[in-house]
Amino acid sequence: MKLNQVTKLLILSSVISLPASAAELEISITNLTHGNHFTPLLIAAHDADSHLFQVGEMATSALQKMAEGGDIGDLDAAVMGANGVTVTNPAGGLLAPSAKVDSIMLDTGDMTHLSITAMVLPTNDAFVGLDAWKIPTEAGTYTFTLNAYDAGTEANDEIINGGGMSGAPGIPAAPGGDGGMNATGVMDMSSNDKVHIHPGVLGDTDLQGGMSDLDSRVHRWLNPVARVTVTVK
Amino acid sequence: MNISKLSFKTSSLAALSVGALLLGGCSDNDHTSPAPITPPAVTPTMQDYTISVTNLTANQPMSPIAVVTHAADSLLWTSGESASLALETLAESGDASGLTDETGITELVSGAGILMPGASEEISLSLDSTSIADLSVVTMLVNTNDAFAGFTGYDLSSLAVDESMVFRVITYDAGTEANSEAKGTIPGPADGGEGFNATRDDSNKVHAHPGVISSDDGLSDSILDASHRFDNPTLLIKISRTE
Repeated sequence: MKLNQVTKLLILSSVISLPASAAELEISITNLTHGNHFTPLLIAAHDADSHLFQVGEMATSALQKMAEGGDIGDLDAAVMGANGVTVTNPAGGLLAPSAKVDSIMLDTGDMTHLSITAMVLPTNDAFVGLDAWKIPTEAGTYTFTLNAYDAGTEANDEIINGGGMSGAPGIPAAPGGDGGMNATGVMDMSSNDKVHIHPGVLGDTDLQGGMSDLDSRVHRWLNPVARVTVTVK
Repeated sequence: MNISKLSFKTSSLAALSVGALLLGGCSDNDHTSPAPITPPAVTPTMQDYTISVTNLTANQPMSPIAVVTHAADSLLWTSGESASLALETLAESGDASGLTDETGITELVSGAGILMPGASEEISLSLDSTSIADLSVVTMLVNTNDAFAGFTGYDLSSLAVDESMVFRVITYDAGTEANSEAKGTIPGPADGGEGFNATRDDSNKVHAHPGVISSDDGLSDSILDASHRFDNPTLLIKISRTE
């Protein structure tokens, strides 16, 4: 079909003359996890040199705020400051397990790359992320999945204590109302302070104590954690 | 990021305006110039595919692989939505036969039997060129309550002769049975327990499977051990068009 694709392209370009880069995107995001919520999403179109995060690199303070407390304000400001375009909080709050937010419209203007982030709750500093996906110039529907990353900024102690400020230990909340209490805490021996693939949470089955306030039957996940569909108009 | 571009569609506007040309361009021959427009062949021919599957898990035998062809709008499941009864039955018991009762399903070809961990199997599929449809491949991880692996809705018309497409698929949770891992609830050899049960006592939405915990990892009444744990991907699927 390779020639056919080329043929279609040639025909397409003769019928419709598209600007070099401007694209109207329609985006949907599904939370694939068993029992984790996503905090308000940030969707950003930006240039080839910008990133919300990069694996193997230290998290910015803006990313840390998002990953530890769900606050996308500084990331949003950073994108806008670099002349990017964003959609913030398209789900109007948390995106529950198995929930989908769709019909998100984004006019990318001159911007060529797409990024997405949101914190995964309840965790210490896990986030779902898409890092600088090159927006196709060919109209069509593109489907892909996203992994959960560890910001590398906070020990994964799995204690729910309301700690959502950058640098504060602990997990802000379990939005499903299914978290435990009185955990002694998981000893996180990782020394990786760069953004990396999240190892997943441990949890336990003791909601009144034990090592973790997370429930191993509810809050574990395997990657991927989200499915994204982008329609390039 | 795992990119699996399942479908590509030109915009409907473009498709409309160049429909006649595309017909000519869509002959099966990769090397003809698009300039001379030949009418589409009217005689149906058979298009042959080989679906090669490998079980990537450590200790999760898979129920006989179900290779299903269906209309484009008849996906076998959608993440975030309830499982059909046929999919629930497959995910809880490994029995895929109910899929043929679903709307839009044109054909079900089953693997020879249980696909053991590490094992591979090739399944042949031959379709009339006038009825090329979407393809789904699905199977149950039998040492689980209701886990299944596969993909749904791959457009076979996008595959030319001698081309192939590889999927490394993830495992889904049908959401129809709680992941208790308890003795008597798992049909596979780890337990020999119950398969299908009409009661839906989980989220009732298909989602990505969180993995099994096992008794070795703190779920005290689990019949499973550490060897039954799995990570994604769980199944390697290669679709090759041979004719």
